[in-house]
Amino acid sequence: MPAISAKNLSKRYPITVKEPGFQGTAQHFFRRNYRTVNAVQAVSFQIEPGEVVGFLGANGAGKTTTLKMLTGLIHPSEGTVQVAGYVPFQRKTGFLRKITLVMGQKQQLIWDLPAMDSLRINAAVYGIGDRDFQQQVSDLTEMLSLEGKLTQPVRKLSLGERMKAELLAALIHHPEVLFLDEPTLGLDVNAQVSVREFLRDYNQRYGATVLLTSHYMADITALCQRVLVIHQGQMIYDGSLAGLVDRFAPCREVTMELSQVYPIEKLALYADVEAVENQMQGQTVKFLVPQKALTQTVAKLLSDLEVVDLAVTEPPIEEVIGRVLRSGSAT
Amino acid sequence: MKRIMRIARELTVVYYAYMVEYRAELVLWVLSGSLPFILMGIWMQAAQTGQFGLTPVQFARYFLGAFLARQFTTVWVIWEFEREIVEGRLSFRLLQPLDPIWHYLASHQSERLARLPFAFVLVGVFFLLYPASFWIPSLGTLALFLFVITFAFILRFLMQYTLAMFAFWTERASALEQFWFLFYLFLSGLIAPLEVFPPAVREFALWTPFPYLVHFPASILVGLPVDLGRGLLVMGGWSAVFFGIYRWLWRKGLRHYSGMGA
Repeated sequence: MPAISAKNLSKRYPITVKEPGFQGTAQHFFRRNYRTVNAVQAVSFQIEPGEVVGFLGANGAGKTTTLKMLTGLIHPSEGTVQVAGYVPFQRKTGFLRKITLVMGQKQQLIWDLPAMDSLRINAAVYGIGDRDFQQQVSDLTEMLSLEGKLTQPVRKLSLGERMKAELLAALIHHPEVLFLDEPTLGLDVNAQVSVREFLRDYNQRYGATVLLTSHYMADITALCQRVLVIHQGQMIYDGSLAGLVDRFAPCREVTMELSQVYPIEKLALYADVEAVENQMQGQTVKFLVPQKALTQTVAKLLSDLEVVDLAVTEPPIEEVIGRVLRSGSAT
Repeated sequence: MKRIMRIARELTVVYYAYMVEYRAELVLWVLSGSLPFILMGIWMQAAQTGQFGLTPVQFARYFLGAFLARQFTTVWVIWEFEREIVEGRLSFRLLQPLDPIWHYLASHQSERLARLPFAFVLVGVFFLLYPASFWIPSLGTLALFLFVITFAFILRFLMQYTLAMFAFWTERASALEQFWFLFYLFLSGLIAPLEVFPPAVREFALWTPFPYLVHFPASILVGLPVDLGRGLLVMGGWSAVFFGIYRWLWRKGLRHYSGMGA
């Protein structure tokens, strides 16, 4: 049985529309105009237990709305959804014990008290015995390198430490399904790496299912073999990361070291020029070449220009995903 | 049962720690509830010059009782609930297998524990300033007062929590409480004891929930005559009504919840 299963999941909601200026304000006061937003439209997918899946999309694409439906916070307008064998919006106790949601921009810990106080509440709420609680806190503290931090007021922790403490609070009941919405948001590179490593360890150690949204592609490439891409409420891709590159960016990056400097106008005649770096002697140029024309273009470049070195690579995943999200091209 | 007791203990201990984190704020909140003492001065003065149903000493004791009733029944859940809806923080509560109402009840309960020592200091100051009004209620009276004041807190909490449910739709539910407060102020006995109201108004007020939040427990504490049976029945009736409406609005509201910003 899949850990997460969504079929034709849709969410519509009305929002008020107000024109700017005094007249708009007056009209808005006496008569509200509403517009229906199709936040998520007929989204279907399945995630097997233990999978780590990246959920990608631009701001407002419908990622968070989908996560809210999967966690039972909001009711879908249409479609069916099952998570860990439960219908989320029924919010049964068994379901709530099996899931967790971490939001990078929100916090559940009590700001003015040490994280340990919030953890004790969570332990009582989830019915975790004292011994299990101590063990779980000790294991997670070690995995997150949070030794000595849980007794300090949350407001005194650094952003990275706070996020780790949030993760600890969200995982204290040993959930089977983790929904992570931008868990590394605003963290510095070191903290991002450490959160990422923790999530990988956690998944491997406990076999938890993870659905992760992030704007940091490093999170996705480090943790996810599979990605879902949503654009304007519609699912436009569900498959492997490598497949995403093949489907949306059938291009190769050709990096050439040239023995002399050529004007960019001339270089652009061969293919899209991504970057040019002039050196004391010669220059380094990065071309983006369509895969179909790769042989022909490289042969022409080699015959026309004085090439010292050449490398052909796949374009960076950030570039591919950026293109997908900008174009919104559906499958 | 064991789990419930553990949750109650942890919530109370943690929220108590939260409440005493800012001591100055706590003292200021206690002082902000001292309106009955100001009104006491006015009514005592008035009682010396005219017939108002109570003697100056009875007025002093009544407003001391009103002050204590206020300290025990202060509720702010609507502002907290509204903020949690608007900021999307309610989402975290909804993700846990515990109805969020227990968090709010525990924080109110803990605040009471933190606030009462300061309130009792004020009572001491009151008796120093008005030694003529000093009295010691019997143990039976104190026990009855504690029972009724707990009931009054539950009623006041249910009333405000019911209004708080409108935050699912309006996001400015606290405006309803501000309007409601007008009736509370007038009919609860906070500004004047019901004994000085015209009989028809008093009779009407006694069928509303408001006098049972201040006047009824204060009167029990200071020994003014009350209809205990009717009082408890009216309180029970209104509690049941508000509980029913709250549960209905809660279920409807959850379907309407959008988890703003989260």
